[in-house]
Amino acid sequence: MARAAERTGLEPVIGLEVHVQLDTETKVFCGCSTDGDADEEPNTRTCPVCLGLPGALPVLNEAAVAAAVKVGKALNAEIPAETQFHRKNYYYPDLPKNFQITQYDAPLCSDGVLEFSHEGDRRSVRIRRAHLEEDPGSIQHVRDGPADLEARTTSVDRADYTLVDYNRAGTPLMEIVTEPDFREPAAVRGFLEKLEEVLAYLGVFDAGSDGSLRVDANLSMVESEHVADDGTIPEEVLADANRTEVKNISSHRGAETALSYEASRQRDQIEAGREVEQETRHYNETHGNTVSMRAKEEEKDYRYFPEADLPPLRVADWKEKIDIPELPDARRERFRTEYGLGAEAASKLTSRKAVADFYEQVAAEFDPDLAATWVADNLLGELNYRDREIESVTDRLDEFARLIELVATDEVTTKNAEETVLRTMLDEGVDPDTVVEREGLGKAAGEEVATAVTDAVENNPDAVADYHDGEDGALNFLVGQVMQATGGSADPGTVNELLRAELDS
Amino acid sequence: MSTDEFDVFLTRVEIDGADDGPLAGKTVAVKDNISTDGVETTCGSAMLDGYEPPYDATVVSRVRDAGATVVGKTNMDEFGMGGTTETSAFGPTKNPVDPERVPGGSSGGSAAAVAAGEADLALGSDTGGSVRNPAAFCGVVGIKPTYGLVSRYGLVAYANSLEQIGPLASTVTEAATLLDVIAGPDERDATTRYDAAEGEPDDHPAETVSYADAAREGFDEDELAELTVGVPRELVEGAADPVRETFQSALDALGTRGVETVDVSLPSVEHAVQAYYVIAMSEASSNLARFDGVRYGEQGDREGNWNESFASAREAGFGSEVKRRILLGTYALSAGYHDEYYEKAQDARAWVKRDFDEALQTADVLATPTMPVLPPKRGESLDDPLQLYLMDANTVPVNLANLPAISVPAGRADGLPVGLQLVGPAFGEPLILRAASAVETVVD
Ligand SMILES: [Zn+2]
Repeated sequence: MARAAERTGLEPVIGLEVHVQLDTETKVFCGCSTDGDADEEPNTRTCPVCLGLPGALPVLNEAAVAAAVKVGKALNAEIPAETQFHRKNYYYPDLPKNFQITQYDAPLCSDGVLEFSHEGDRRSVRIRRAHLEEDPGSIQHVRDGPADLEARTTSVDRADYTLVDYNRAGTPLMEIVTEPDFREPAAVRGFLEKLEEVLAYLGVFDAGSDGSLRVDANLSMVESEHVADDGTIPEEVLADANRTEVKNISSHRGAETALSYEASRQRDQIEAGREVEQETRHYNETHGNTVSMRAKEEEKDYRYFPEADLPPLRVADWKEKIDIPELPDARRERFRTEYGLGAEAASKLTSRKAVADFYEQVAAEFDPDLAATWVADNLLGELNYRDREIESVTDRLDEFARLIELVATDEVTTKNAEETVLRTMLDEGVDPDTVVEREGLGKAAGEEVATAVTDAVENNPDAVADYHDGEDGALNFLVGQVMQATGGSADPGTVNELLRAELDS
Repeated sequence: MSTDEFDVFLTRVEIDGADDGPLAGKTVAVKDNISTDGVETTCGSAMLDGYEPPYDATVVSRVRDAGATVVGKTNMDEFGMGGTTETSAFGPTKNPVDPERVPGGSSGGSAAAVAAGEADLALGSDTGGSVRNPAAFCGVVGIKPTYGLVSRYGLVAYANSLEQIGPLASTVTEAATLLDVIAGPDERDATTRYDAAEGEPDDHPAETVSYADAAREGFDEDELAELTVGVPRELVEGAADPVRETFQSALDALGTRGVETVDVSLPSVEHAVQAYYVIAMSEASSNLARFDGVRYGEQGDREGNWNESFASAREAGFGSEVKRRILLGTYALSAGYHDEYYEKAQDARAWVKRDFDEALQTADVLATPTMPVLPPKRGESLDDPLQLYLMDANTVPVNLANLPAISVPAGRADGLPVGLQLVGPAFGEPLILRAASAVETVVD
């Protein structure tokens, strides 16, 4: 199919620099905790090293290296035998040493790839490099005044002063740089979701922590005719296109919004005959737009040179030593073959590791199909409705298994289990037996059902006549009568059978 | 308390150490770029006037644990940038041998403290000669350890790939005793890691050796007869006549004890001073970037945006020699000059290392005059930075090669001390200490 021929006009070309905080216990170069309370005092989770006090020296946290090696392996990246740290020199108040310890020409990972699905297609984005570095502190620009600090927080241009908090400084960061392989803003979102999924599977990422994922994106527009069928674009076309760098993206959705905005802004510029300015733009989450970050962006010269305080790191043996768990794609395939699940259920159950783990524990005890229905449809559906995550029930696996057991052994009807027991379990935190007992949902005893069947036949001669005349609705009416008489606790299938037997005898 | 007539101290204290230990009863003076918990640590700079670190450097903890009493923080060239202690923001230190003259630098206060008897022992730091130079000028012993032998945790960095903390004392054995206390791996300094050669025990050398024993034992007659001292001609020819003569007579005295002297050549050393200054200044431009007035030290006028505020703090806090080196270092690392300066200097550094390795194949240790000149009078050398830099010709190659060296008194010329420098293989401290003890014996 001649893709290029179908499209005319301009297409966005997007590359990403994704910063993810690695979820280690301590910071990357000192022993300070990485675990900050939301309401902690500024500059309390610090030491001479992460404050950059004169004389303090960095010592590499091996857990951060291990996490980074895991990411490299998951991205199928090259990991060299030896890697090294460099200093990136620039003055900024969130940087305690006025240089950042990072990696330059010997990154921990290079030439990787990440596959994800987008609109039903498999997509693959090349990872140029991924390296380890230290997070700077955080800054807050403030105006003078009597109001609350939060209310006085403003942009740097309007601020009277800036506050600095080094609690975050030294948190291990991994910077993952992609090739400019994206052609649609929506695909960026799919990529980021998949990346987070993989990082969570590796156990190196805490998605819930504020600022744990930050994205800078490069975007330029090229004429569609230069885009080959396989999406590749000649180097010189890319080099010629003016790019903007969009900063301050902190969510998947934000990435899509920011880049859609930026793509149409650039398209408008070009179509109006204006040149796109090469500049850095700031994504404004509130307005969903991008704004130029003050006109003159100086040509940056970071004067990289090796960090002599950290000897070169031999990672050759780390590669061997460190194993990574089964990743989402592989697990999805295994769920299909091992449990015989359909594509949709397998995908739903593996998109998050905690869900997949939960499912496998349930499936070990019951029919995998029944387990899949209960976890993928009922449980996830109810949790989603309540805006809750699987983690809120992972410690109640036994109760959940008991609920399925009640259904499997015919002690509670599927309907009651779904509509009453599960919901009450989630809303009130009680176990299924308690709900069944309290609500009187135990399946009616055989005798009670039999009596109700006899009563229904005796008390509704018209319906019986209609049944014998072959009217379809009559049996359903009688089933309804029995269900009503047993307070819904009878199994409709059984009632159906008993009624037929009674009527046809 | 003495009157400190030679102005060796910037801060006087009395911090008692443990009740006993190898340094019990000894007093130690600490160079003012080594962090002391709650005691001002200025690096001889107005930038850090009033700055009190919240922690002790590893070496300070170690001397205190060994029973020593810290008696003061010693004067130094600002951030270690100088060889005369005249660039200190707090005024110069006098050489106790001749108060008109400089004590050398940058650890001039530490060397003078020992020479004047203000302290039994002192800690200095040596980036390009800053322990050996003042040891030579003040007539005491100073050691620059192998890079990685002594923890730098708490040493305010000037050029972190080159420098080591080192001991100063009146005798080789006393200096070695202090080295025993401060040497060894430190989990806070990753460069104290020791990579043993294939098949060798992987203990850090400091953990299996007693430097004091080595110094005390020296060499016996037979060992002296087997010792070969290499003399790099390039580093002797440039020395002033009186220095060269004193150096030669010390060698001759060793010769009478059976020590063999051979000429060796280090062709790369003609580039060493240039390479050293490019590397040291490049690293300094980054190491000293943190002094921006935000967290500690001189704050400047705090006007304007943060770049203006940083500039004002740095303008007010740094002296002219420090500014010169930061500017040159920034330039050397900049795009377009990086390859021409920084990378070339690294090549030269590798070449210097190779030259030393080769020379140390022919000789057990190398000997040079520590300083090519006698201690100048105060004010004599300060006007010409190039002259000042060339004074480091014999000491900087050793830092480029990461090797251990010691300066030991070789006698006097015109009544002024001359130092003899001995250089050994990496972690060969015991060898140069024994050889230095031999020099001590023949010179006395
Ligand atoms: Zn810390």
